[in-house]
Amino acid sequence: MSGHSTYEPKTGFTRWLDSRLPIIRLGYDSFVDYPTPKNLNYWYTFGGILSLCLMTQIVTGIILAMHYVPHVDHAFNSVEHIMRDVNHGWLIRYVHANGASMFLFAVYMHMFRGLYYGSYKAPREVLWILGCVIYLLMMATAFMGYVLPWGQMSFHGAVVITNLLGAFPVVGESITTWLWGGFAVDNPTLNRFFSLHFLMPFMIAGVVILHVWALHVTGQNNPSGIDPKSKEDTVPFTPYATVKDGFAMVLFLILFSVFVFFQPNAMGHADNYIPANPLVTPAHIVPEWYFLPFYAILRAVPDKLGGALLMFGAIGVLFVLPWLDTSKVKSLRYRPTARVFFFLFVLTCLVLGWCGGELPDNMVFQVGSTASGDPIGLNFVWLSRIAAAYYFAYFLVVMPVLGLVETPDAVPDSISASILNHSAEKKG
Amino acid sequence: MADTVGEITPAGEDPSRRDFIHVAALAAAAGAVGSVVWPLVDQMNPSGDMLALASLEFDLSKVADGSEVTIKWRGKPVFVRKRTPAEIAKAKADDNADLKDPAKDADRHKPGKAEWLILIGSCTHLGCVPTFGGGDWGGWFCPCHGSHYDTAGRIRKGPAPKNLALPEYAFLSDTKVKIG
Ligand code: HEM
Ligand code: FES
Repeated sequence: MSGHSTYEPKTGFTRWLDSRLPIIRLGYDSFVDYPTPKNLNYWYTFGGILSLCLMTQIVTGIILAMHYVPHVDHAFNSVEHIMRDVNHGWLIRYVHANGASMFLFAVYMHMFRGLYYGSYKAPREVLWILGCVIYLLMMATAFMGYVLPWGQMSFHGAVVITNLLGAFPVVGESITTWLWGGFAVDNPTLNRFFSLHFLMPFMIAGVVILHVWALHVTGQNNPSGIDPKSKEDTVPFTPYATVKDGFAMVLFLILFSVFVFFQPNAMGHADNYIPANPLVTPAHIVPEWYFLPFYAILRAVPDKLGGALLMFGAIGVLFVLPWLDTSKVKSLRYRPTARVFFFLFVLTCLVLGWCGGELPDNMVFQVGSTASGDPIGLNFVWLSRIAAAYYFAYFLVVMPVLGLVETPDAVPDSISASILNHSAEKKG
Repeated sequence: MADTVGEITPAGEDPSRRDFIHVAALAAAAGAVGSVVWPLVDQMNPSGDMLALASLEFDLSKVADGSEVTIKWRGKPVFVRKRTPAEIAKAKADDNADLKDPAKDADRHKPGKAEWLILIGSCTHLGCVPTFGGGDWGGWFCPCHGSHYDTAGRIRKGPAPKNLALPEYAFLSDTKVKIG
């Protein structure tokens, strides 16, 4: 993409190294001289923020692993030991626990950004799919991490999620037994989850490298969805993108700190401070907020296998997204109709999240009662059914059909032209 | 097949011998990979001590009429419930109701021991522990996704597909059972 390298080693040592391992050149070409579209907005800063999140989780995680004991008799107490006795342990654990939420928040922003600006479309399909792989690995990592403190939510969350795999006919039971290493979630399960929770972030780091590599082959997309045509359309990564990313990271870290220092348990669940008890399920079991939309889809279906398939399908559909969208125009900036459907989709995800946190039979609103006293109105199962239907319809119906029937606005010739149009519009 | 191979094979070589070497080499490689991978996968299955069939004796005199005691067996909860005559009658009356997983009440307990209902206390939906006495049928209610079980532990409403499972157990005496 960037064409030939403009790096020139200045000292004797860097010249010597450059002809043996051109690693400084690689860094220079990727993060200093790399041309970025000059119209990138703040939605484009989440990539850098995500790298920061991954590093934060790895550093705090390795420290936690020095004090944590992966055994059913000690896990809960070892986390309390980290909180009370280990020097700065409370800080490190709160950064790690809230860091998972911040990480998932950033990845959702990053993904909605990609959806809005059409960043998954040719030639960026592989880039998008690698992103989906990272997202899957993140969810698996966060799920297993949440099991480690071995509180009530840890335990019963693990029971419910692992039992999902038992829904598959014939092989289901052997799979759960294999995963548990026993006949229930127990010590072998905790032990292997610890091992995998340690491993997976490093797998994520590996896929991130592929993701960035693919990014640097195709070049970045941008809010106009038009590829850079001339030098006029780009600016060098440093200082433009570095400073913008840096500023966004500072804002992000402020939000992060508000949680860590003032609301460290806002995103957790009080029941997870009760040691796991396999004989009693908490009255209201909910996953972490970032899984709630999928949990709502799971519960929308009255059938066990159907619910599990639909839930996995909700993530699976993201992988084939590049081939579902038929529009020639990338950015929704020039697709007014598609924009309406997109914002409806964002709203649907939020509604699904809301449903996932409520009991299925609770009422969203009530208009009366039957003779036997049953409420009439909309309950959360039905709300999640409606929302789940739109979730899938957005990908499977709206995307393929709309691209063929809509009339997009005129797309400017280049990034520079799009910026001039933009400011002309604003002025008059 | 034979004639296409003949075209691409240089004269003087026996195509079937070449094929045989390829197939044999691939088969040997697949066998070798398989025998290395299998132990790496199978190690995650229950270990010997997990498999060693743990059995448990339980003293029934601890359970009062109309109540339930939960014990842990193989990492899972087991419900030992002493049913009242009313609960038994209710369960029997529903033998021919529209059941999702049809079963007679008589098949859910040992002969002549209708008061003792012994079940694995893990919801057949996704494994939460149902709460005693809850739900529309007064059996159990699973708080996770709202499954209702009746006083024979049969699924009546909600996402769970099956009745609560029966563990293997035997009465050692009138006041003692052995589970497992
Ligand atoms: C993708 C990156 C990661 C994510 C999303 C993540 C997520 C989580 C979550 C949600 C928890 C539960 C926190 C709580 O409620 O207490 C947790 C705990 C834990 N994680 Fe991670 N983690 C990541 C990386 C790592 C790494 C790289 C390690 C070690 C090398 C690690 C080690 C631990 C340990 C020891 C615990 C248990 C202590 C505790 O609960 O605070 N994590 N992780
Ligand atoms: S686990 Fe009991 S209803 Fe889902």
